[in-house]
Amino acid sequence: MAVRRRTLRAVALNAAVALLTAVTLLPLVWMVLVSFMPRYASSAFPPPFWPARWTGENYYELLVRRQFEGAWFDYKVVPAIWNSLGVAAVATLLGLLLTVPAGYAFAKLRFTGRERLLKLLLALLVVPGQVAMLPLFLLLREVGLVNSYAGVILPSLAGIFAILFVRQAALSIPDEMLDAARLDGASEGRIFVSIVLPLLAPITVTLALFIFLGSWNDFLWPLIVLSDAHRYTLPVAVAAIVREHAADGELMMAAAVVTTLPVLLLFLSLQRFYIGGLLGGSVKG
Amino acid sequence: MTRQERAAWGFVGPVLLITSLVFVLPVLLAMALAVTDYSIYAMAASDNVRFVGAANFTELLRTPLFWRALGNTFLFACLGVPMAIGASLFAALLLNDATVRWKPFWRVALFAPYVTSVVATAIVWRFVLNTRFGLLNYALSWVGVGPVDWLGDPRASIPAILLFVTWKIFGYNMIVFTAALSAVPVELMEAARLDGASRWERFRHVTLPAIGPTLLLAAVMSVAGFLQLFSEPYVMTMGGPAQSTVTVLYFMFDEGFKWWNLGQASAVALILFVLILALTTIQTRIGRRYEWL
Repeated sequence: MAVRRRTLRAVALNAAVALLTAVTLLPLVWMVLVSFMPRYASSAFPPPFWPARWTGENYYELLVRRQFEGAWFDYKVVPAIWNSLGVAAVATLLGLLLTVPAGYAFAKLRFTGRERLLKLLLALLVVPGQVAMLPLFLLLREVGLVNSYAGVILPSLAGIFAILFVRQAALSIPDEMLDAARLDGASEGRIFVSIVLPLLAPITVTLALFIFLGSWNDFLWPLIVLSDAHRYTLPVAVAAIVREHAADGELMMAAAVVTTLPVLLLFLSLQRFYIGGLLGGSVKG
Repeated sequence: MTRQERAAWGFVGPVLLITSLVFVLPVLLAMALAVTDYSIYAMAASDNVRFVGAANFTELLRTPLFWRALGNTFLFACLGVPMAIGASLFAALLLNDATVRWKPFWRVALFAPYVTSVVATAIVWRFVLNTRFGLLNYALSWVGVGPVDWLGDPRASIPAILLFVTWKIFGYNMIVFTAALSAVPVELMEAARLDGASRWERFRHVTLPAIGPTLLLAAVMSVAGFLQLFSEPYVMTMGGPAQSTVTVLYFMFDEGFKWWNLGQASAVALILFVLILALTTIQTRIGRRYEWL
């Protein structure tokens, strides 16, 4: 009896997990399916789940023709993809370049004021980014960076979280290893590049993924800074299209697929690093 | 300065410089901006700026929409934090059970919505929540619940947006809780079971104390997160219907970047900051009292 009850419980729990996952993924699956439906096919009751006829016309409208019922889109999607890609790539590269050495220095190098600076960074973590937004906009306006990619990227380089994240990982590097290299006459830069960086490689990938996804999905700040429609990043461009074409369900779903699919695939291919970074290496399997 | 110290400053200098320029300086300026009448006229010529003291703050207290935004934001936080944390904890507990298989697969699948763009998934959810053709109302019609005008009825709009937000973010804390749950001492759990403690008692007296600090930290972060809600109402409802989803940040955005009342908007930002700080402090105080931190 006890054995049977346990199997029953196992089956029920596994089914519950499967059901929860199915419900969670349903909107994403539906998004993809509707994007392949002919125009207006999804406006029916009961809502169709499977396309009666598969068509790529929504993607054609969105990516190639950029014209809908005779009217041109003001906000072009293809350039926005490149804008987003460029912004996210530069933000990630510069972000890593700035924060990885700093995180290591805060963990392993001795310098006056280190502890005090660390406390200050922790305190700054409480300040919501929106407080800085309005004055930052005015500052960028002063130096002529409004409506530029530099203006979009700059604020994301204030990587307080990233510094602390790298520091946490760098703390576990044994001091003896670094001291041995110093005795051998290696410079600090050399030590960082040939000893520290390889050890920090996994969490660097994690951090790169964090920054890239954060930049790709960021909405509020690019919306504020960019005023030129052809400089829009993907979320801003898509939000602008939605405001004008909200009724064209299938077309909007195609726009949603174009926005989410690249990062979803990136996440899936690197999920080991992403989830591993969140778990802090405490859970296996 | 030693060689090591010189190198260290080379490593931390650039990022500290940029952080002070794009974050610390603007935060300090926000405080200055909040006591001026900085508006679109000041953007044209800077001698149009006047010091107005606390006038922005007293003006805000007389603005009905600001109070409305505050009320909406608190409603979002009061309902959303238990909803989101509850969903995360439920999923984490489910995944933590020894009999559940393929855990890494479920974890990744449940986490997936978190990495998607708010703007894109809001489009999808607007269709899920559609009154006539949406999946949700279709599912509700099976159990005999009439069509709900999720995004058009001021009483349904906040729950509708919370449903979307919870769906999108619960995976994050689920992962965090999974890590905490794996640290619950197995021997203690086994001892409690042998002593005849029920499932609930074991959860209450073994699991909960062990994950208490993590739970509290997640609550603190979630409260701060929900108080900063902006993109979801912006994309899904534009603050409507009947201003039922105007949040504090939405109000600040409109005030600052639509009407260009930057002084006033800075005051809003500072009030939001003080609120978050106060709630964070209260929560950590409570946590300390129960020795969770």
